[in-house]
Amino acid sequence: MLAYTIRRLLMLIPVLIGMSLLVFSIVHLIPGDPAKTILGEKAPPEVLDNMREELGLNDPLIVQYKNYMVGLLTGDLGRSIKTKAPISQEIKPYLAATIELTFFAMVFAIIIGVNAGIIAAWKHNSWFDYIAMLVALIGVSMPVFWLGLMEQWIFAQKLNWLPSIGRANILNPIKPITNFYIIDSILAGNFTGLKEVIKHLILPSIALGTIPMAIIARMTRSSMLEVMKSDYVRTAKAKGVKEFFLIYKHALKNALIPVLTVVGLQIGMLLGGAVLTETIFAWPGIGKYLYDAISMRDYPVIQSGILVIATMFVIINLIVDLLYSAIDPRIRYR
Amino acid sequence: MDLDKAGENVEEDYVLEVDQLKTIFRTEDGDIPAVSGVSFSLKAGETLGIVGESGSGKSVTSLSIMGLIPKPQGRLSGSIRYKGKEIINLSEGEMREIRGNEISMIFQEPMTSLNPVFTIGNQMVEAVLLHMELSKKEAEQRAIEMLRQVGIPRAEEIMKEYPHQLSGGMRQRVMIAMAMSCNPSILIADEPTTALDVTIQAQILDLMRNLKKDFNTSILLITHDLGVVAEMCDRVIVMYAGKIVEESDVRTLFKNPNHPYTKGLIKSTPRLTSEKQRLYSIPGNVPSFKEMPKGCKFVPRCEYAKDICYKNEPELVYVGEDHKSSCWLNIEQAPSIEEDAS
Ligand SMILES: Nc1ncnc2c1ncn2[C@@H]1O[C@H](COP(=O)(O)OP(=O)(O)OP(=O)(O)O)[C@@H](O)[C@H]1O
Ligand SMILES: [Mg+2]
Repeated sequence: MLAYTIRRLLMLIPVLIGMSLLVFSIVHLIPGDPAKTILGEKAPPEVLDNMREELGLNDPLIVQYKNYMVGLLTGDLGRSIKTKAPISQEIKPYLAATIELTFFAMVFAIIIGVNAGIIAAWKHNSWFDYIAMLVALIGVSMPVFWLGLMEQWIFAQKLNWLPSIGRANILNPIKPITNFYIIDSILAGNFTGLKEVIKHLILPSIALGTIPMAIIARMTRSSMLEVMKSDYVRTAKAKGVKEFFLIYKHALKNALIPVLTVVGLQIGMLLGGAVLTETIFAWPGIGKYLYDAISMRDYPVIQSGILVIATMFVIINLIVDLLYSAIDPRIRYR
Repeated sequence: MDLDKAGENVEEDYVLEVDQLKTIFRTEDGDIPAVSGVSFSLKAGETLGIVGESGSGKSVTSLSIMGLIPKPQGRLSGSIRYKGKEIINLSEGEMREIRGNEISMIFQEPMTSLNPVFTIGNQMVEAVLLHMELSKKEAEQRAIEMLRQVGIPRAEEIMKEYPHQLSGGMRQRVMIAMAMSCNPSILIADEPTTALDVTIQAQILDLMRNLKKDFNTSILLITHDLGVVAEMCDRVIVMYAGKIVEESDVRTLFKNPNHPYTKGLIKSTPRLTSEKQRLYSIPGNVPSFKEMPKGCKFVPRCEYAKDICYKNEPELVYVGEDHKSSCWLNIEQAPSIEEDAS
């Protein structure tokens, strides 16, 4: 297991290098003058030239690439054109906000999705099965923004149960330490603040988690149905194993293998920044950060943002692969 | 009074009595009567063989006894009595007490019958703990002991291994160890050696013979290999298209087979003694359930078929002491088969 983990970690190096090269190329090789794009066609030449100098565009491409890579290796992602602040610092709270939201959205999606899938398969062709799969179908086809708006309208506006925007109560701000508000409020011993943070997480988590939940439920169901027909489940039954353990022990562990793939992909997608959800819930996440950067044509931020998102995608993939081998012993020995 | 008592004793001798068992699968293409009216009984310590070609309903019969026919497509009727108690269509909860404890089963597919994501130890211990009041430690000891009994070397290490690390023969041994771990009264072995190579096959059969000797287990041995039957069984049932066509003790069956199908089966078994010649095979195939003939199911492949055979189904009748067969040739006082064939 350890050897496998190390091997997989080493395999990350070429992937990350390739990725950085790709991001670099996209930004630098697309036709057009970034300085002009940023400042507009009518900007005076000396202003444009200043901008080019600032972006390092006057250097030969190879030197630009070297500077960029050296920067990456030292954790320097460059500076934002708009705020002039170092991106590696600026991006942290946005990143933390997105990760925190993704985490809760996925916890919601996995707990409900997996269990609904299991029960639907267990009670195959029952009313539960039909309703669960109908809900799942609606879930995958529902536009996220619409779901978010409906949630806000019902639970914030009409019932006034939950806050509809932001990460915390403005009257009880969380002092950022790690930028994960749950952790920060606990570290500060601010438990009313913690309660507020959790309340703020509920609506966006549900909005963001609904599609993954529906996909996970459907995947779990079909995978369980397949596994429950298997010879080894029949063997377990022939031993006298109780139905509950047939399902939750013998079948589930096997059925989870394909579900894991789906979960990994969904986490990757959510981490990629759910611009719509983040906009509706005024959630200061990476999606919003990138969206602002794009509308401001803040090239260094766009470039670094994409790189950070892609890196997270790769890391999630790695974790999924390691989980595979933890669940399925056949993978470890290959 | 005496008579009554004698009758009771006969009853008690049987650990399993199957009576007019019918198992029908509802499918989109109509009903499949995989087993249609099978009756037999099994004595304590006896080995009963069930032979027949692929699709004759051997596995369905054994799965029916175990209560493992998938519901709701599969429907059972008739009677299955275990030690006098009716167990057909028993509730899941009651059936669980019997499965693995009183009646165990070894499946036809050793490669896929163990759960790939749990260790052998985990699966063995689970089987022991289900039916025996033991601590985890004791259950582990019992599991290791069972693995040793079925001739698995390094039993302690094997406990920590996963099924994919073992060969087919080893997996089947594990299956046998698991099936035997709670000392069942009946072991149903559904082609336990078909998927294995010949040397392993002999070892597994040896193993089952020893287990039977040591624990007086009754064995229902399903196979399509008459060699295995000759070696292992006391009595034999021959199945064809979901029905029993012949039943007798093993010597009679080989010396004096009655049903043309049985004769064909015996003729098509390779023998070392006979000089080299083309191996006989019964012409034709088992008919599908859709095109099942109206009369005797074997009639399209039978070289002795008469008019009556096409019209009506023959019943299973005694043709000798403890020897039953279902063929019109017996019933109609037909000319003897030898004459007919010459
Ligand atoms: N779940 C099921 N649904 C529908 N038909 C089934 C099902 N299980 C078995 N059958 C049918 O029942 C018939 C008997 O099958 P069975 O498995 O008992 O044969 P068998 O004698 O064990 O053959 P083999 O030697 O190949 O193992 C076959 O025609 C099979 O297609
Ligand atoms: Mg079979």
